[in-house]
Amino acid sequence: MITVLAVHFTVAAVAPFLFRAWGRNAFYALAAVPAASFVWLLFQHGAVYSDSGAVTEVVPWIPGLDLEFAFLLDPLAWVTSLLVLGVGALVLVYCARYFSLKDQDLGGFGAQFLAFAGVMFGLVVADDLLLLFIFWELTTILSYLLIGFARTRLAARRSALQALMVTTAGGLAMLVGLIMLGQSAGTYRISAILAQAPTLISGPTGEIVAAAVVLILVGAISKSALVPFHFWLPGAMAAPTPVSAYLHAAAMVKAGIYLVARLAPGFSETAYWQVIVLGLGLATMLVGGYRALRQTDIKLILAYGTVSQLGFLVMVVGLGTPDAALAGLAMLLAHGLFKATLFLVVGIIDHQSGTRDVRQLSGVFRSSRALGIVAGIGAASMAGVPLLAGFVAKESVLEAFVHHASDGEAWSMVVLVGIVIGSILTFAYTARFMWGAFAVKPGIERTTFKAVRPSFLAAPALLSLLTIVYGLWPAPVDAWVQPYAALFASTAPDAGTPAEQAGHLALWHGFTPALGLTALTFTLGLAMYFGRTLVARAQSRVPGWIDGDRIYQLTIGALDDTAVWITGRTQRGSLYFYLAVILTMAFVLPLTAMLLAGKPLPENLYFIDPYSPLQPVLGAGIVIGALAAVKANKRFLAVLMVSVTGYGIALMFALQGAPDLALTQMLVETIILVAFVLAMRSLPAELRDRTGGKYRVIRVIIGAAFGVTMVFAAIHAMGARVAVPVSLEFPRLAYKGGGGLNIVNVTLVDIRAWDTFGEISVLALAATGVASLIFVRGRGDRSRVSETIAEGSVGRQVAVDPGSREAAALAISRKFAASARDAWIVAGRTLAPERRSIIFEVVTRLIFHSLIIFSLYLLLAGHNLPGGGFAGGLTAGLALAIRYMAGGRFELREATPVGAGTLLGIGLATAAASGVVPLLLGGQVFQTAIIELWLPVFGDIKFVTSTIFDIGVYSVVIGLVLDVLRSLGSEIDEHFDEQRTAPAEDSPTDDAPPQEQQHEPAGVHAETTAKSQG
Amino acid sequence: MSVNLTLLTIMGALYACGIYLILERSLTRVLLGLMLLANATNLLILATGGYAGLAPLYNKDTGAQEYSDPLPQALILTSIVISFAVTAFLLGIIYRTWVLARQDEIQDDIEDLRVAETPRFDAEDDAPIPAETSEFPLTMLGSDGSSVSDHATVADGPEAAGDSITAGAKKIPAEDAAAEEQPGSQNVTPGPEGGVK
Repeated sequence: MITVLAVHFTVAAVAPFLFRAWGRNAFYALAAVPAASFVWLLFQHGAVYSDSGAVTEVVPWIPGLDLEFAFLLDPLAWVTSLLVLGVGALVLVYCARYFSLKDQDLGGFGAQFLAFAGVMFGLVVADDLLLLFIFWELTTILSYLLIGFARTRLAARRSALQALMVTTAGGLAMLVGLIMLGQSAGTYRISAILAQAPTLISGPTGEIVAAAVVLILVGAISKSALVPFHFWLPGAMAAPTPVSAYLHAAAMVKAGIYLVARLAPGFSETAYWQVIVLGLGLATMLVGGYRALRQTDIKLILAYGTVSQLGFLVMVVGLGTPDAALAGLAMLLAHGLFKATLFLVVGIIDHQSGTRDVRQLSGVFRSSRALGIVAGIGAASMAGVPLLAGFVAKESVLEAFVHHASDGEAWSMVVLVGIVIGSILTFAYTARFMWGAFAVKPGIERTTFKAVRPSFLAAPALLSLLTIVYGLWPAPVDAWVQPYAALFASTAPDAGTPAEQAGHLALWHGFTPALGLTALTFTLGLAMYFGRTLVARAQSRVPGWIDGDRIYQLTIGALDDTAVWITGRTQRGSLYFYLAVILTMAFVLPLTAMLLAGKPLPENLYFIDPYSPLQPVLGAGIVIGALAAVKANKRFLAVLMVSVTGYGIALMFALQGAPDLALTQMLVETIILVAFVLAMRSLPAELRDRTGGKYRVIRVIIGAAFGVTMVFAAIHAMGARVAVPVSLEFPRLAYKGGGGLNIVNVTLVDIRAWDTFGEISVLALAATGVASLIFVRGRGDRSRVSETIAEGSVGRQVAVDPGSREAAALAISRKFAASARDAWIVAGRTLAPERRSIIFEVVTRLIFHSLIIFSLYLLLAGHNLPGGGFAGGLTAGLALAIRYMAGGRFELREATPVGAGTLLGIGLATAAASGVVPLLLGGQVFQTAIIELWLPVFGDIKFVTSTIFDIGVYSVVIGLVLDVLRSLGSEIDEHFDEQRTAPAEDSPTDDAPPQEQQHEPAGVHAETTAKSQG
Repeated sequence: MSVNLTLLTIMGALYACGIYLILERSLTRVLLGLMLLANATNLLILATGGYAGLAPLYNKDTGAQEYSDPLPQALILTSIVISFAVTAFLLGIIYRTWVLARQDEIQDDIEDLRVAETPRFDAEDDAPIPAETSEFPLTMLGSDGSSVSDHATVADGPEAAGDSITAGAKKIPAEDAAAEEQPGSQNVTPGPEGGVK
């Protein structure tokens, strides 16, 4: 069975190539797949009908979920597969002549069609509830694609979507039901569940199982288009007719029937089964038949007829008696044969004449008698005319229901009467179909009908031949379905053998009540046909009843409107609103939880730490800084105030006994301050405050409440802590395992190296992000070196009013700066004279190298003393920042022969290597080794390999700082210079008031620029 | 364990100020708020270490209890540097916003607002479909075309020609609404959400 599935899917995968090579004839190749599988199926007959009763295949799939590829081919699956594979092959043959050579996307269509046949086979033979569900949903998806084949047509798209929505909704209900059933049974194997069904129903799980079965039935009735979901099937007639013939007559809609038949042996006795199956089935049969009589499109007559027949089938297979089970499968086969025939005939009529409208078709029978005969056989079988399959099957169905009604319950009688009325309607719409499609109608011009080629007619002709054979010689079918019917047989001693209980399929049973009912059906059906004008008039008087399609439209419309309404209320586009909602939830929930729990505060709370008594004093400073940052309405004042809190916290770290943190925080605060000044020099100095008024009150409330919540959450969380801190082991681990005295540093580079590695990756990403935001195109690693830059050209002030004080100051500064002197820094000469500061240059010259040396010291000493890669990298970055500020962007370029991107890459690579190399040497990832050696000058050296990791960190941090300086510093400088040279476009000076920095308003021409000379 | 209320009080104040700032429209203030939140969180982690202690530099004579807890310190160190990277990134964003829009303020998202104005009528869902009685329209038939009567004139259902559809506040002809069915139709201009405006 797995092979059959695999072949289907493989050929489906290559189908588009076949179509490219062979055009529409590739359908023949595709048809060979289900045809060959059909032959294989015939050879399985012996095994399936042997004493073991089934062929099984099980391959484990996900053992943890008890999910396995479990397949089982028993008589029910075998009979259904006959239909699925046989009709599938024939319809594919038919497709080869149905579609035009010019049709687009045939490859995809063929692939989907073949895959559908495979999936349908899988659904039928699946012996695992979840596997069954997977195939079930695959049929839904493939049917969506197949119905929507003509994707340029609105009708096809909409009905495809409708079918998808309805059947998926049912499928979801079914999934819940399947899981409930599987969980209560303790297994998902269908055969095992059916075997223990009696104990499941009567045991404590009875209620759950009954509910589960209802949910599964919801899935089945949505798939098989039963009331109230019947509307999708006529809608799906927008599909190409071969699709309708296969999916909507023989295969997919039968999935629901199949599922009912599969579960009926075990669960037809559950509480709601009979009500649903018989009630909805009967309603569907009558509604479908009634609607079919109103249609003017022959395809829609068939579609509503199918709806009606599906209701009929569900009643029969769901009844749960041996004779009904026998009749049900017989009817399933007969229906598949004649309905597929009729759909294929409709396709031929449409193809040859260009219409399916009964008001335009006239005299088709005269044009093609063969077609008429084929259709006539199918239609006669549908109506239940003797000697054909439909008659044989229907006779036993009536027999079963007469038997069912003989117990005398009113409800059983209602069902029987309903079935007879449904059969009368069936006869009437069948007659209407034949009349509409083939008759000569007075007053209508005879339809032009192209001759039908035999290859086109072959598939329906073969199907109708089978209908005749089945009708004349029902014994094989009888033998095929008897084992299934025997599952329902009563074991009471006086009940007789299973075969006696089920009866037999036969052409002639004698003069039975069923035969009488058939005769009644024919009489009244013929009367309705001949009185069709009366019927039509009566129907037109009846007001349009509840229209399932309309209700669907309204439901979906209401859903859309609700979604838009809710979105409109919640998605207001305001970040403030979103954040306010999120943050409010963030304090309301924990606060409520804490109040409800009502736990007392932990006992050992203290304000003054005896080891660090200065904390409250420092804390007051930090809080004042934070409040000032909130109040500040000047941009840089606010930044400075935030820095105050940052430096304050650095001191707090120092007081707490955390020198590494204090050092790092100090360095970071300093660099952040520089970055702020660099990035914000072009923004206005004032911080405008637009969210005032009542919003401010809300913000204060949210902020305060959040702060208080955090305090109490922290108190409770820490108070609840009972375990000994894991970090008590760290000192020993750091010294013995990590070979370092600085516990924090060893924690970073050794104990928690993975964490740190993740962090430096984030740093590299953020650095790249900053560079991309500013450079926009690329990282800008290749900038020009300072030799190409004219002296004194960078940032030159121009267009200063010659008579002003400013001009005089400028002249003096230029005079001083222009005096000949040695260069203190390499690229200082590129700066405009008025930008240079001799003191700054001298100081930079003096401390730059010291800082770099110091940073290396921090890096290498960090293992034993405060420091490490982070602190070292930040110190080096600070040195670069000083270089940049003293000498401008070309100085920065001179200071860093290696680009920022390269540094980041080298850093990450080094760190990664220090993780991977131990692995190659047979150790674990990030394992460290302690190497002790003697060097001539240094003496005894104890080298720990985690230092290599720290070097990677060092490199990444320098890369990050460098990227910040290059982007927020150099590149923004360049933007300013470009603005100076570019003509003012929309006088940006209006928006940007003069800055407090040393920059002049943008948009002024320069006399000399680096650009023009370099 | 014992809880340091001083640290937690400072933390609470920083959280409150940070939250107040990030609820502001100015991007700069949002960034400052984030920095305050980061500082507050660092304090929270620091407080989990308990009492202040000796700097965690190993000395074989010192008991493990006497050091200031090294694990929170390692976490904070990571946090400090990450905060720096995030701050730099946001600075890049602020500068970029300023260059592109001369704005330092978070604007309301127009796309979000537009969702609420989606019209009730969506041609894909609501346009009436003329009844189709063939998959093989005239062009695909034989060369002469006279072979079939023009079935397009058959108007089935309630939507006869000349009807109009109420789409939101607008009335549009039913034909136009259905015309979207034809690929490349010039009759309708799809709105931004795919509906007919």
